[in-house]
Amino acid sequence: MSTQLPIRGGDIEEMSPPRRGDRPGRPATPPWRQRLHRIDYRLSPYLYIAPFFLLFLVIGMFPLGYTAWVSVHDWSLLGGKGDFVGLANYREVLDNPYFTKQLVNTISIFLISSIPQILIALALAGLLDNQLRGRTVWRMSVLLPFVVSPVAVAIIFGSLFGDRYGLVNQVLGAVGIDNIAWHTNRLASHVAIASMVNWRWTGYNALIFLAAMQAVPRDLYESASIDGAGRVRQFVSITVPMIRPTMIFVIITSTIGGLQIFAEPRLFDETTTRNGGSDRQFGTITMLVYDFGWQLRDLGRASATAWLLFLVICLFAVVNLILIRRIGSLGGDR
Amino acid sequence: MSRRPGFLVYGLLAAFALGSAAPLYWSFLLGSQTKEVAAQGTPPPLPGGHFLANAQRAMDSIPFWKALGNSLLVSSVAACSVVFFCTLAGYAFAKLRFRGNGPLLVFVIATMAVPTQLGVVPLFILMSKLGWAGSTFSVILPWLVTAFGVFFMRQYLVDAVPDELIEAARMDGCSQIRTFVAVAVPAARPAAAILWLFTFMQVWTDFFWPLIALPPDNPTIQVALNQLQSGYFKDFSMVLAGTLLATVPLLVLFVVAGRQLVSGIMQGAVKG
Repeated sequence: MSTQLPIRGGDIEEMSPPRRGDRPGRPATPPWRQRLHRIDYRLSPYLYIAPFFLLFLVIGMFPLGYTAWVSVHDWSLLGGKGDFVGLANYREVLDNPYFTKQLVNTISIFLISSIPQILIALALAGLLDNQLRGRTVWRMSVLLPFVVSPVAVAIIFGSLFGDRYGLVNQVLGAVGIDNIAWHTNRLASHVAIASMVNWRWTGYNALIFLAAMQAVPRDLYESASIDGAGRVRQFVSITVPMIRPTMIFVIITSTIGGLQIFAEPRLFDETTTRNGGSDRQFGTITMLVYDFGWQLRDLGRASATAWLLFLVICLFAVVNLILIRRIGSLGGDR
Repeated sequence: MSRRPGFLVYGLLAAFALGSAAPLYWSFLLGSQTKEVAAQGTPPPLPGGHFLANAQRAMDSIPFWKALGNSLLVSSVAACSVVFFCTLAGYAFAKLRFRGNGPLLVFVIATMAVPTQLGVVPLFILMSKLGWAGSTFSVILPWLVTAFGVFFMRQYLVDAVPDELIEAARMDGCSQIRTFVAVAVPAARPAAAILWLFTFMQVWTDFFWPLIALPPDNPTIQVALNQLQSGYFKDFSMVLAGTLLATVPLLVLFVVAGRQLVSGIMQGAVKG
């Protein structure tokens, strides 16, 4: 499998309408209709794809550019645009101790969630990639959490991870572990939030991996087992390298989504300000965007924060690509 | 093919399935107890009989029916719009030859990597200027057509529609749109159904933008749950009953069309 898309070249000449007399037995079409036909054939494709590009312009391109414009102004939620202030908003955001703290939280939650998630999803896909009885039921069972919205997941897990009476602490208590302060301890809260993300997404990603695994030619396994490779060895040496393009896809999309996490930490919070705990021990950057913009009503600082997060996401995408390439070349040497 | 699984595989899968269901069962356990029992944190292992009463209290605490109606409206309008525009665009990319086909498709795929959530500030300003702020339309607009949908339909239609059929329609003097309606639309139906489901779920579960765009008295169901939790977080039984109730529509969808969702996710992935 490759990421290359089979796209046909756009040679328009091939598409010109049939000349008169191409098909004997049909009445000749008048020239004006032919011209109309030709215009139709040339323009229609653009017409069909135009809605996407128009909408992307309005909700994708324009906002990214305009966010930069807002971020260099005093801009209040109610009063609108004020003076040009240069990079003052960025300075204020970067000097704000919460920015650093919430950036660290965001990255911490992201790493705690995505790394185990990818590994578990791979293993789960490996389990599903068997000749199972009732395989549709198994596949559906791992997808069940995906239909629960992040808001609902956060509410449910907020109760599971209750500091005093939650199920998790009760289970831990039964095996002799003291209550963990899931909401107030910084690292523990990150683990709790990461587990929400993982509960919702692991099965979904496992299905994506499973689809890729099923495209791996089965005779590869046969020759490997003739060579004496065990099931686990086959998984590591054949399956995982073969589905690398899909893994890249999953890692990149989960990076982009994971770094923007908002609903889970916000709903996990039981304090009245709802900024990610009493000391923002689990506040994230997107929550800071919301806080600046819609609680402090300062769209300038909200925009500066959004742009900074955008840069962080770009940075992570580049790091991802480099890592993947490095790992890939290691695999090639073997 | 000799990969017949043993008990270990089934055991592990059963553990996963249990893990998938357990949090939902827990919330039903707590949601079906009285407020007092739920507050003590250790519910009996079998559900109590107070779920409906708790759900009723939740419905009285938030504009539940309004929120449910809004979510249904927003999600189904967006899903229909996505199916319509993405089928058209996907068909153009899959089957029509035009200058820029390849690069434009690559561009569409690349836009999936743009974190649009970070554009909320301008989007909010724009909606205010247009006078749409606070209306459900402001929540629908960003979902009218999606890059994922275009790509998904394109991937499906590449194989599903034979080029000969389009060629034949063209020879017969069909206009582009008639060819589309007569040849592509019937072939696209299975994928369109999956895309509809998928978009419906995505819009239904969306939270950040609706929270910003909608006022407290005109929420979607996610925004209403947010109100419920922030107002009454000490009343577990009510909050969890309300949360489950708000999840019921998607659970129904899952039971009815889970098979299609599974195959949709897997189809979208294989050809990616």
